[in-house]
Amino acid sequence: MKSMKTFNEKLFKSITYLATLFTILCLGGIIITIFSEGLPILKYSKLNELFGIAWHPTSFPPEFGFLPLIAGSIIITIGALIIAIPFGIGSAIYISEIAGNRTKEIIKPIIELLAGIPSVVYGLFGMAFLSPFLIRIFRIPTGLNALSASIILGIMVIPIISSMSEDALSAVPKNLREASLALGATKWETIIKVVLPSAKNGVVGSITLGFGRAIGETMVVIMVAGGAAQIPSSIFQPVRPMTTAIAAEMGETVNGSPHFHALFAISIILFLITFITNFITEFVFLKRKN
Amino acid sequence: MKKSTKIILIGLVVMMMSVSAFARGKKSTITIAGSTTVLPIAQATAEVFMDKNPDINISVRGGGSSVGIASIMSGTVDIGDASRHIKNKELAAARKSGINIVEHIVANDGITIVLNNSNTIDALTLSQLKDIYTGKIQNWKELGGKNMPIVVVSRDVSSGTFEVFNKLVLKNAKGLNSALMLASNNAVVTTISTTPGAIGYVGLGYVTDKIKAVSVDGVKATEKTIQTKEYPISRTLQMYTRGIPTGIVKQYIDFVLSPEGQDIVEQQGFIRIMDDKNK
Repeated sequence: MKSMKTFNEKLFKSITYLATLFTILCLGGIIITIFSEGLPILKYSKLNELFGIAWHPTSFPPEFGFLPLIAGSIIITIGALIIAIPFGIGSAIYISEIAGNRTKEIIKPIIELLAGIPSVVYGLFGMAFLSPFLIRIFRIPTGLNALSASIILGIMVIPIISSMSEDALSAVPKNLREASLALGATKWETIIKVVLPSAKNGVVGSITLGFGRAIGETMVVIMVAGGAAQIPSSIFQPVRPMTTAIAAEMGETVNGSPHFHALFAISIILFLITFITNFITEFVFLKRKN
Repeated sequence: MKKSTKIILIGLVVMMMSVSAFARGKKSTITIAGSTTVLPIAQATAEVFMDKNPDINISVRGGGSSVGIASIMSGTVDIGDASRHIKNKELAAARKSGINIVEHIVANDGITIVLNNSNTIDALTLSQLKDIYTGKIQNWKELGGKNMPIVVVSRDVSSGTFEVFNKLVLKNAKGLNSALMLASNNAVVTTISTTPGAIGYVGLGYVTDKIKAVSVDGVKATEKTIQTKEYPISRTLQMYTRGIPTGIVKQYIDFVLSPEGQDIVEQQGFIRIMDDKNK
């Protein structure tokens, strides 16, 4: 009986160990694949050509300049964060500090519901409603541009920033607030000068997570960003983010062709960007624990 | 302990059964490779054909028109798909090595140029289209329309529609960097219908009354003008075989050319080949 028990213990241990190992192997496999398929592009194009400004993957000769794609991803992501940060943190402060318990119980799930809407639905909304709306408001030639993609992505990122920041704000000990109020600070001063600074790490973490979500989003930008591979001179111009290029072009490329390797090389860049942001997030969180 | 033994035993039995299932019933196989434009036709007709003939297995691969023709010449496939006709050079090389390559036209492909309904332009020429898509003409007033910037809408470089347009209109010149590149025919229709200054191109089957089709070089795109190649932005799609097909390859090609096969061609967004009576 006793040996049975230790056997079960060991079995359980090794199963959980295998589960962990499997996850790590998957990550390793993905990294090896994108690097081994992406790096061969250097056989066809020099590094300085890869950071050129023209993306014409199917012309003769093809041009694989990544800069328009990188610029597209970055301008949309920054735009999304400019929209999402004030709304996300604002609603987090309201829910955590100002709203009563009842209101909180109603509002929090509603905001989190926003995170559950499939991105293709956001894309449809952007294409059929937001884009014609922007054309009328700004009198611009096209509504499929960096601005509309930023607005939609911003709305998608709000629940991430809001719910994580709210958790961080709620985790600030009550006695800090009480001490501040007892010293004569107003509620507003307490929130801005005491609660927010103490929850800083969690709030920053939520923003970096939102950044990762925005830069990696594919469906919405395929549908709404316009897809023009150019370095935009204004937010009203269409752009082609990295994810769009990969998703829209991979289906028909010939396996092993320069275009195929170029798309994997873009995924290396995308992977490095998200890897670094996740690393920073982790670092911020670790700092809090210490 | 007992439980895990049982699981292992069941697993072994399942594995043995699946292995024997593979070993049983030797299927005869047709292999097809080539143009990604013809791929959806080959795929869809192959699926229906295999349903009807369970003992025949068809494997369909892409690779591009040149790959399709090269594979039929080297004999690695039974059918080579191509969205262009075989070149004289290729034909000569085949003849030299004693191979007789036979062409089967399986579908017509044509694309319609579309504008927003509010646009006053009704007709364009091929060279005007090229100038619009390369950025030489940027405002509708240059073509006698309203003073309104042209919003150029194109398709993702991977689409077959883009390929036709690129070849027949742009003549492989580089398109405008600032052109919107959309992922589907439907996305183009939605965008054109909501953007006053937009111009785009879609398969004939996607034209609705929400957008306006214009004539090109004086010819309106219809099933008929595409079939007769009177409409300039049209082409045929073909399958190549080594010699006159026999056996199951003949069965399959006949199926693609049959009314039922041609219905599938239409479902895939292409235009059927002309019936014998219409010729």
